[in-house]
Amino acid sequence: MSNPENILEVKDLKVHYPVKTGILQRVTDSVKAVDGVTFEVPRGKTVGLVGESGSGKTTTGRAIVKLAPITSGTIWYNGEDIGNLGKKPFFPYRKKIQMIFQDPFNSLNPRMRISRIIAEPLDIHFKDMSPSDKMDRVVELLKKVGLDESHVNRYPHEFSGGQRQRIGIARALAVEPEFMVCDEPVSALDVSVQAQIVNLLKDLQDELGLSYLFIAHDLAVIEHISDDVLVMTNGKIVEQASAEDIYENPQHDYTRKLLSAVPKL
Amino acid sequence: MTRQIFIRLLRNRISLSCLIILALLYLCAIFAPFLSPYPPSTQNLKKAFHPPTAVVFKDWKLQVKVYENIDPSAAQYQAIEGETIPIKFFTGGKLFGLDTEDDQARIYLLGSDSTGRDVFTRLLHGARVSLTIGLVGISITMTLGFVVGALSGYLGGKFDSVMMRYVDFLLAIPTLYLLLALRAAIAPYFPSDKMFYVIIIALAFITWSSSARVIRGMTLSIRQRQFVLAAENMGQGKFAILFKHILPNVSSYLLVAATLSIPNYILGEAALSFLGLGIQEPEASWGLMLSQAKSMKVFMLNFWWLLTPGFLIFITVIAFNILGDVLRDIVDPKMKTTS
Amino acid sequence: METPLLSVKDLRIQFNSREGVNEAVKGINFDIEAGKTLAVVGESGSGKSVSAMALTRLLPKPPICEINGQVHYDGQDVMAMSSADLRHIRGKEIAYIFQEPSVSLNPVFTIGSQIAEAIKLHMPHIKDVNAHIIDALDKVGIRDAEKRIKDYPHQLSGGMQQRVMIAMALVCEPRILVADEPTTALDVTIQAQIMDLLREVRERTGMAILLITHNFGIVNHFADDVAVMFRGEIVERGPVDQVLSKPEHPYTQALLDCIPRLGEKRERLTTIDHDKLAV
Repeated sequence: MSNPENILEVKDLKVHYPVKTGILQRVTDSVKAVDGVTFEVPRGKTVGLVGESGSGKTTTGRAIVKLAPITSGTIWYNGEDIGNLGKKPFFPYRKKIQMIFQDPFNSLNPRMRISRIIAEPLDIHFKDMSPSDKMDRVVELLKKVGLDESHVNRYPHEFSGGQRQRIGIARALAVEPEFMVCDEPVSALDVSVQAQIVNLLKDLQDELGLSYLFIAHDLAVIEHISDDVLVMTNGKIVEQASAEDIYENPQHDYTRKLLSAVPKL
Repeated sequence: MTRQIFIRLLRNRISLSCLIILALLYLCAIFAPFLSPYPPSTQNLKKAFHPPTAVVFKDWKLQVKVYENIDPSAAQYQAIEGETIPIKFFTGGKLFGLDTEDDQARIYLLGSDSTGRDVFTRLLHGARVSLTIGLVGISITMTLGFVVGALSGYLGGKFDSVMMRYVDFLLAIPTLYLLLALRAAIAPYFPSDKMFYVIIIALAFITWSSSARVIRGMTLSIRQRQFVLAAENMGQGKFAILFKHILPNVSSYLLVAATLSIPNYILGEAALSFLGLGIQEPEASWGLMLSQAKSMKVFMLNFWWLLTPGFLIFITVIAFNILGDVLRDIVDPKMKTTS
Repeated sequence: METPLLSVKDLRIQFNSREGVNEAVKGINFDIEAGKTLAVVGESGSGKSVSAMALTRLLPKPPICEINGQVHYDGQDVMAMSSADLRHIRGKEIAYIFQEPSVSLNPVFTIGSQIAEAIKLHMPHIKDVNAHIIDALDKVGIRDAEKRIKDYPHQLSGGMQQRVMIAMALVCEPRILVADEPTTALDVTIQAQIMDLLREVRERTGMAILLITHNFGIVNHFADDVAVMFRGEIVERGPVDQVLSKPEHPYTQALLDCIPRLGEKRERLTTIDHDKLAV
């Protein structure tokens, strides 16, 4: 059914939210956040998912990691159907698939020290690891994302947006994932910091062989980081092509509209 | 974070004075048996409604004047000229007492009540009940409020609607009726000297509902934040998320709410005891002591010292409220009204 | 050379807090001429937004914040103005639009009544307020303006809300519009619409625009002059074409280099070492 070269395959994914009205909370309608989406992510590659707000791109990313309820469709991860797994059987995949979030000011618990933030996934997935091993791993991860060992005992508010995003990446890397859903990881950052994070993600991919689903609204960033690009609007993917083709030879009207709206330098 | 809050409390002059007052009150409560000259229930029927005994300095010693009862029907006392008894310190496990063989002699720093018990002694012992009721009660309330509120907010669905309708129900009944009804329902299961627990249970049952509702709201907003999503995504369990991620982020609210609702407990105990439904004689509590002051005789004859428990309730409640206000300003600077 | 509409000389802004003194703006100079657009670009924390707020003294009062330097609007000294005169300038002569339209609009009033408030405040002579509002909404491309004036902000999309903000800013025909990241919160297609609208308004009314942004693409398409801010200072200033094609200051060069550009795929993006540049 699935191609072994793909780490992820999504087929006809739908996420519909019921609209309830009245005192009896009867379901009268549904919001089709994601309405029949099909795509694949080749192993070791980056697939960019671009769209405007409300297009369903974030919901698509969240549905893959079961943070949004799937109405119908199939998700294969390494040839295994994970879309219809229950909570328990899905648990091992929580280690393999990680997520990086958009808002670096919101994605770290303000009341936790950096060491605890990064060690939290280790506490869950590597229960046998000794505290000193965990600490070593945290320090190693901090170095990997370009932060200093001396940062371990600080709190998130002591860091800039770019540094926080690095911490978020270190947390995601802690459990040695194979696949990462990056949900607008650079949208809230300054351009110079954005460049650093994008470079870091690319370096990590080269080093660790990660595969990314990179969600963003900035076409230029998407084009830069992605091998393949998916253009999404109104819950549907309207165009799917390589990064070069999307820019040089857009097929769909919406893609053209999107490209022409970007003020060029 | 908690340490920072505490340091800022100490730096603020107003909150510092409140903290000092409260610390003194609690120290007095803890060391009540040592600080008070008599056991709380020692009577002296010949010296009912005795006014505070004057303390004079004579023969290089602190001495108290001796009084005689000049009109037993109106409880009128007069100091006997020249007759005094010296005060002895650190005697018989007490801070101070009278240096005399006469077991009828008394030192009444704040007068005596209708059965000649020392008001000062009873204030110290009463503080133990009145002040601990707030602390014990508030920990029950806040735990219950957090567990119910956070679970409702985090789980949503059926649990949430059932719990919140229940909270609505509790909030819709006038507090005093509910308190009286609960008291009536629970009291038969406790002996009269364990009324302390009855009051705490009754008060805790009433007050948890409003904090549960606020915490539910806060949980709803925290659960939207991405660090909760991140924890869910890494496979963290529900209760771990509740205690590791949600609790620390509502803790400052809990602290403020707790400080601001301690007075409710103190006043609630006072109200119940004042109505004769709370702490029972011969135990002491500020509310119970105040209930003595409601008799006509006290009003007519101006036994002001019987109102001292009221004054202490007032001081404690004000101190907790101001402390809570300062805490809220520290925790949530947006709420600040003055700069 | 005619005198500029707005002239800023040696503007210094510092914030005092318990932690110490933070010098947000360290002596900047710029002029805005009628009908021209000056873009101020910089990263967050460069002091671009506070500089814009300081023009009509919209910042907190001393001792929290100290503003030094000179700001002249149409020959008047803004720093020496009474608060009554200042209120006349704010909104009427110099209008602002901000990044988040959803936060800038009051959720409990209809958009009509919010625009009416501005009219009543600054143009009491206008009799038919309603017609004026409808006209204003019409001009910013809101269709069915008669019906829309009864809408509440949440009934409108982000782009529509920003149009309402612009209508509100323009209703008193200001001579200067300060637009602080007007499209940052919006999608690119909506951004294009809003920038087209501002361009059209600029041509029709001849007002001057001070555009605060971090997006060089917008600067390129919209502004006449550009000032690049870095750590509270303007490090480079000049006509847009010149600055973008031949940036002189290393910070401007670095900033332009680190932006990914459509159709120019590079292996790596250039990054900036801020501390090295600051020396």
